Amino acid sequence: MTKIKSLDDLRQKKQQLEQNMEIREKSDHPESLVQIKVAMATCGIASGARTVMNALVEKIKKENIAAVVTQTGCMGYCYAEPTVEVKKPGQDPVVFSYVDVKKAEEIVDKYIRNNELLDGILPANYQTI
Amino acid sequence: MYKMQLLVCGGTGCRASASATIVEKLNESLKAHGLTEDAQVVTTGCFGFCEKGPIVKVIPDNTFYTQVRPEDAEEIVAEHILKGRKVARLLYENPETQEHVSDSRHMGFYQKQMRIALRNCGVIDPENIDEYIAREGYSALAQVISDLTPEQAIDMVKQSGLRGRGGAGFPTGLKWEITSKFSSDQKYVVCNADEGDPGAFMDRSILEGDPNTIIEAMAICGYCIGASKGLVYIRAEYPLAIKRLQIAINQAREYGLLGDKILGTNFSFDMELRYGAGAFVCGEETALIASMEGKRGEPRFKPPFPAEDGYLHKPTNVNNVETFANVPVIFLKGPEWFSSIGTEKSKGTKVFALAGKINNVGLIEVPMGITLREIIYEIGGGIKNGKKFKAVQTGGPSGGCLTEKHLDTAIDFDSLVAAGSMMGSGGMIVMDEDDCMVSIAKFYLEFIVEESCGKCTPCRVGNKRMLEILEKICQGKGNMEDLDHLRNLAYVIKDTSLCGLGQTSPNPILSTLENFNDEYIAHVKDKRCYAKQCKALARYTIIPEVCTGCTVCARNCPVEAITGERRQPHFINQDICIHCGVCYTKCKFNAILVQ
Repeated sequence: MTKIKSLDDLRQKKQQLEQNMEIREKSDHPESLVQIKVAMATCGIASGARTVMNALVEKIKKENIAAVVTQTGCMGYCYAEPTVEVKKPGQDPVVFSYVDVKKAEEIVDKYIRNNELLDGILPANYQTI
Repeated sequence: MYKMQLLVCGGTGCRASASATIVEKLNESLKAHGLTEDAQVVTTGCFGFCEKGPIVKVIPDNTFYTQVRPEDAEEIVAEHILKGRKVARLLYENPETQEHVSDSRHMGFYQKQMRIALRNCGVIDPENIDEYIAREGYSALAQVISDLTPEQAIDMVKQSGLRGRGGAGFPTGLKWEITSKFSSDQKYVVCNADEGDPGAFMDRSILEGDPNTIIEAMAICGYCIGASKGLVYIRAEYPLAIKRLQIAINQAREYGLLGDKILGTNFSFDMELRYGAGAFVCGEETALIASMEGKRGEPRFKPPFPAEDGYLHKPTNVNNVETFANVPVIFLKGPEWFSSIGTEKSKGTKVFALAGKINNVGLIEVPMGITLREIIYEIGGGIKNGKKFKAVQTGGPSGGCLTEKHLDTAIDFDSLVAAGSMMGSGGMIVMDEDDCMVSIAKFYLEFIVEESCGKCTPCRVGNKRMLEILEKICQGKGNMEDLDHLRNLAYVIKDTSLCGLGQTSPNPILSTLENFNDEYIAHVKDKRCYAKQCKALARYTIIPEVCTGCTVCARNCPVEAITGERRQPHFINQDICIHCGVCYTKCKFNAILVQ
C-alpha cells in the first residue's frame, strides 16, 4: 500500500474509493434519485436485458447522473421485452419497451435529462408497494 | 463496477449461525451463474437485528433477508441476483399484519433508530480500510490535525455535549481538557473495551463492525490531549473484535494514518492492544490501568484521577468504545448538528442491547429522549408470546429496574438516575410477568459477589451477606426483619465502597425493593413466589377432578409425600413435600397444579 502523505492525498484516495461504495450510499435514500428498473425475468434476459442494464449502468456513470439501476422481475410486458421502468423523484413511473443499447442511451439523454418522452412508452397502469 | 452487492453480517452472533459459510456459498453460486462481474459479496459488521440472523442484505434494492441458511444461498443468487425476483420466504414478516417487508427501511425495528456510533456497522467491510475511507473515514482526523489547534478541537467536543457512554456520563470534552492541562513527557489515550455487563454487546459490535472509527477517534483524542500513544484494553474473550481491530491497525499503519508525522503534519500517534482477562471490575478506569500495568485488576482511591496520574503514572485519558465512535462524526457534521439531537443535558444517541423477553432481540441506536415504550413496543416489537410487560433492567449489575410507570419517561442519563436506575453501558433486559424480581436481584448479586475484587470490605463482605439474605428469602425462610437488614446493608455498601462497582452494586436490590416491595413481602410473609420461579416456594397440589389415580406421581415422589388409592384422586402432603417438581413433570394428565 502506498502511504497517504497529506490531506489532499486522503481526499484523492477517497474519491477513487467512493465508486465501490456508491450503490450502498444510494440505497439509503432511493426516493431522491432517479430509479431505473430493468425487467430481468427469463423473457427479459433472453431478449438482451442484461446488455441493456450494463449499458445503463455505464451511461449513468459516464454522465454522472444521480440514479440507481436495479433489476426487477417480470413486469408482465413479455411481448415488449426488454422493458425498462424509470421513476424520477416525485413523478409517476414511465415504462419503455423494446429497449436496446441505443434506446437505453436515448432514455438517459432525452427522458432523464430533459424530460422528453420517447416512442414506445407502455401504459403503466399498476401500483407497487 | 458491481451492479449489486450482497452484504452478509459477519458479527459474532451471525457467524455462530454459519454466516461465513453463507458467504462461501454465495460466492460459489455467483461463480456458477457467471455473475462475479455483476455482484459482489461483502462481509460487514452487525446489522443489529440479531433476533433474525443471519442477515443478508441485497443492495441497491435494500432487500433484507433474515434467518438465511447456507442452503438458501443458491436460491438468492438464482432468483434475486439473476432474475430479479425476491425470495419471499426469507423476507421479514411483520408480526402484526403477517405481511412481508422487503425494504429494511420499512421495518419497525429500524424506523425509530438513528445510527451515529453504528453508522458503518452493517454497511462496510470492517477488514477493509478502503471502505472506511470511502465513507469519509479519517477525514475528521485529517481536518483536526491540519486545520485546528488542540484547544479548538477540544472546544468542539465540549460544544457537542458528548458525554461518556461507559456509564457515568461524564462530559467527554471536559475530560479531554483536564488531561490536556497536565504536562508530561508522555501521555496516553486509553480505550476501555472491557465490556462486562451481562447482556451488553454494543462495544463488541462497534469494534467488530467498524474498528477504524475507534482508531481515528483515539488519534484525534491523542492530538487534543498531547499523547502519542494509544492503548485499547480489550477482553480476550472477544477474539473477533481483537482480530479485526488488529487488521485495522495494521492497515492504518501501512497507509501512514498511524505512525510518525501523520499526513505530513508534526503529529505522531501509534497504538497497541492490551488484553484483559474478563474481570468486571477492570471496566473501572483505575483497575483497568492497574491491569494494563501488569498488576492485579484492583481499583484505587480517586483522586488523583487518571488524567493526572494514570498508566505508568502518566496523564491518561480513558474513554469507552461507544464514546470514541461518536467523535469523528462531531467533526464531520459539526458540534451544532450533534447537539441538536437528544435532550437538554444528554446529547446525541445511545446504543442499547435489547435482550430478555422481547420479540426483537438485538442492537439498536436511538436518539436520547426516546421513551421506553417506543423502544420496547415499536423497535423491540413488544413482549414475547403476548405476555405482560413487568420491568426492564437497565445498566446491568450497577443499574436498576424500571417498571410500567416509567414507560413514558424520556430516557437520558439524568432521567434514568432519577428513576433509580442508570444508563450504564446500555444493556436492556426486558422481563415479563413470569419473572420473579427477587430472583432477578439475586442473579445480579451473584454476579457482583463473583466479580468483586475483594479490596474493600463493604463490597467483599457486604454483598456476600446481602446474597445470603436473598437466598434465605427465596428458600421461604425469610422474615420482615431481613428486608430491613437488606435495605440498611445496601445503603452502607453504597456509601462506603471504594469504587463504582461496590457503590452501585446494591442498585438492583434497592430498585426492586422500591418497585416490587409486594413481591418481597409475598416471599417473606406468605412464603409464595407468584411468578413460580423460586422452587422452594412453589406449592404443588393435585386437582381431584382431573386426577385419574394412575399412581405415577406417588411412585415417583422421592419423599413419599403423595398418597391415594388406585383409580382415586391422589393427595400431596404439604408437610412432607420438598417442592422438587417431579410429580408435575411425570403427570400425563396435567392434574398437578403449581401455585
